[in-house]
Amino acid sequence: MAALLLRRFAGLVVTLLLTSAAIFAALDVLPGDPAAVMLGTAARPDTLAALRAEMGLDRPAPLRYAAWLGGAVTGHLGTSTTYGVPVAGLVADRLAVTLPLALVALALAVGAALPLGVAAAARRGGALDAAAAVFAQGTTAVPGFWIGLLLVLLFAVRLGWMPAGGFPGWAGGATPALRALLLPAIALALPQAGVLTRVARGAMLDALGEDFIRTARAKGLRPRTVLWRHALRNALPAILTVLGLQLSFLVAGAVLVETVFALPGLGRLAVQAFAQRDAVVVQDVVLLLAAFVILVNFAVDLAGLALDPRQRDAA
Amino acid sequence: MARRAVVLAALLLASPAAASPRTSAVIGMSVEPTGLDPTVAAPVAIGQVTWQNVYQGLVRLDRRGAVQPQLATGWTVSPDGLAYTFSLRTGVRFHDGEVFDAASAKFTLDRARGPASTNPQKQFFSVIDAVEAPDPATLVVRLKQPSANLLYWLGWPASVMLAPNSADADRTDPVGTGPFKVARWVKGDRVELVRDPGYWDAAHAPALEAATFRFVGDAQAQATALRAGGLDAVPELSAPELFADFKADPRFEAVAGDTELKVVAGMNGAKPPFDDVRVRRALMMAVDRRALVDAVSSGFGTPIGSHYAPDDPGFLDLTGALPYDPAKARALLAEASHPDGLSFAIRVPQMGYATRSAEILQAMFADVGVTMTILPTEFPAAWIADVFKKHDFDMTIVAHAEPLDIAIYARPDYYFGFRNSAFDAAVAAAERAPDPAARNAAYGTAQRILAADVPALYLYAIPKLGVWTAGLRGLWTDEPIPSNDLTEVRWDE
Repeated sequence: MAALLLRRFAGLVVTLLLTSAAIFAALDVLPGDPAAVMLGTAARPDTLAALRAEMGLDRPAPLRYAAWLGGAVTGHLGTSTTYGVPVAGLVADRLAVTLPLALVALALAVGAALPLGVAAAARRGGALDAAAAVFAQGTTAVPGFWIGLLLVLLFAVRLGWMPAGGFPGWAGGATPALRALLLPAIALALPQAGVLTRVARGAMLDALGEDFIRTARAKGLRPRTVLWRHALRNALPAILTVLGLQLSFLVAGAVLVETVFALPGLGRLAVQAFAQRDAVVVQDVVLLLAAFVILVNFAVDLAGLALDPRQRDAA
Repeated sequence: MARRAVVLAALLLASPAAASPRTSAVIGMSVEPTGLDPTVAAPVAIGQVTWQNVYQGLVRLDRRGAVQPQLATGWTVSPDGLAYTFSLRTGVRFHDGEVFDAASAKFTLDRARGPASTNPQKQFFSVIDAVEAPDPATLVVRLKQPSANLLYWLGWPASVMLAPNSADADRTDPVGTGPFKVARWVKGDRVELVRDPGYWDAAHAPALEAATFRFVGDAQAQATALRAGGLDAVPELSAPELFADFKADPRFEAVAGDTELKVVAGMNGAKPPFDDVRVRRALMMAVDRRALVDAVSSGFGTPIGSHYAPDDPGFLDLTGALPYDPAKARALLAEASHPDGLSFAIRVPQMGYATRSAEILQAMFADVGVTMTILPTEFPAAWIADVFKKHDFDMTIVAHAEPLDIAIYARPDYYFGFRNSAFDAAVAAAERAPDPAARNAAYGTAQRILAADVPALYLYAIPKLGVWTAGLRGLWTDEPIPSNDLTEVRWDE
């Protein structure tokens, strides 16, 4: 166990180093200069030089990378070149939108997909199975941002029940904030729920075909116990693996839905910072997302170990 | 009985709103500013939030673009045009209590023209030779040469007055003399303004007690937020095709006004085939500007014949100089030894007006045997690097946002690669002109030269498609300078 943790931690550090170096190199090679972006087309060369010096862009790239890395290691994420404020605060504000949004979306997706997938597997070929297949096909085929547009038109414009977008913040209480997150969470959750339904159904069918299920049935256990206690427990590692990937996607890849709902999330910060060539912010956000993905995968592995003694021995 | 109770309750709930007009407004903008100090960075969104609301200048531009006194009550110009003496308003304080006087005005102008200045319009201030503050209410600006546009430039967002103690922090914590203070900037989402109770001009304090600028990048999201009530106004709707719906809807006021944004397809005149004026003229004559405006902008927008917007002083409609004439275009190409047409690429930023215009141009050029390849180019970062700096392009298309910026064609290093000494002389004469009439005449000459030589294809001026909830009054319908002046905005009683 300790060896596994150590291996994972070393992997995390190496991955983050490689990611940050790759991002830094890519931003350095790409056309675009943050000072030129800020000063526009009327800028004179001396003005540009003054701003480049102010931003620290006149130093060589390796020096800038080293300075950023040194800061990141000691917990200083640096200052955004465009906003002129510490990145830590910027990112924290965005996480306060993105993390709850991802978690609500994931909860919705699991809440819809797990019962549906399990039930579809239990009555394979039945009407519910067919309905689950249609649901899974339909929701994965339709992009989340488009679902978002439809939800806004119906619930915000036509019915007026929900805000059409924007985020009031948590300071005014949890209710308005959650209301603002509900429609985007549904838009994010539906495609994920479709995928998850299929995975849950497949994993359950695999588990239901195993010998121990026949044994459990032969023992005279109730079908519901067989299904939820024995089959689902064996299907869970496969489902959890997909869930881990989905959580990573929901945190890192929600930018289209964030745009439709005008939510100040982490994805939009990354896109905006990239457009401004705000290297410090892009670096920090990408690094944070990479770390998050790795940690989620690690948590999924640990959960797998807890669920499946066979994996424990292998590890 | 129950129904009567419901009606009564509804009346009770509704009456406060009916009795007193609303005193706040939420304004939607497409782009978030990257800071809140228009004197250190170029993005127009900075001025659109802060100019006139938070910061004021020695002078201001009114909704027609005319110069009006603001922190200077008046001025005199020496007979040789080299000294401007401003009388400054007394009793003006910045939001933090610091007094505005000649010393702060001198500080602001010296900061903008100094060696460490990152002012995006530093060229305005380069004509200033010295700034003197003989007493707290008098400011003398001495010039190296006469400048007919000095007062106009002093009305721009890049020329607003800052306080010595707070200037360095203005980028994140703006301190101005305007009627609103910035209460909060939730980055990525909104900037909240509140009326400053200590505003110096109490007689003209704005009706709004609070205003919020919300940043909604997607045009569809702007439209739905307007309909759902999340936004009270979108002064510049970015999707012309959605505008007609609002025009037909009595709950909204939808007004198409003028902007200073000129959509031009610049050519690289430093290299073939665009170094041949016949090729440039042929391409201009291949363009049906009206059809382009109809297709790109749902018919909203004014065709232009040179790098000059309809509201600029001394504007001439020169769209007839090289009118749409495909046969003539083909003949000109043949004369320029391209009888079989030619091929080149256009670098196109991702903005909607640019991509759509490029596609229409592509079709119009095909009609005269010209093959144009579209190369998407990320704006602003990659565009500035590749087109603006390296001049690595054949043709490009972009909206020039700065008002009255025709002088860019006199800059030798500018991306059009245009050199014309008669033009340079006209622009210099305009800038040194002793009076507006002489200035406008010189600008007329400059416009005619561009309309004939077409270093860029002059397409149209982007309309200001303003949409706001019926009952909201006072927003500007035209945009002589990119701005959202809220000082006269109020709700109907």
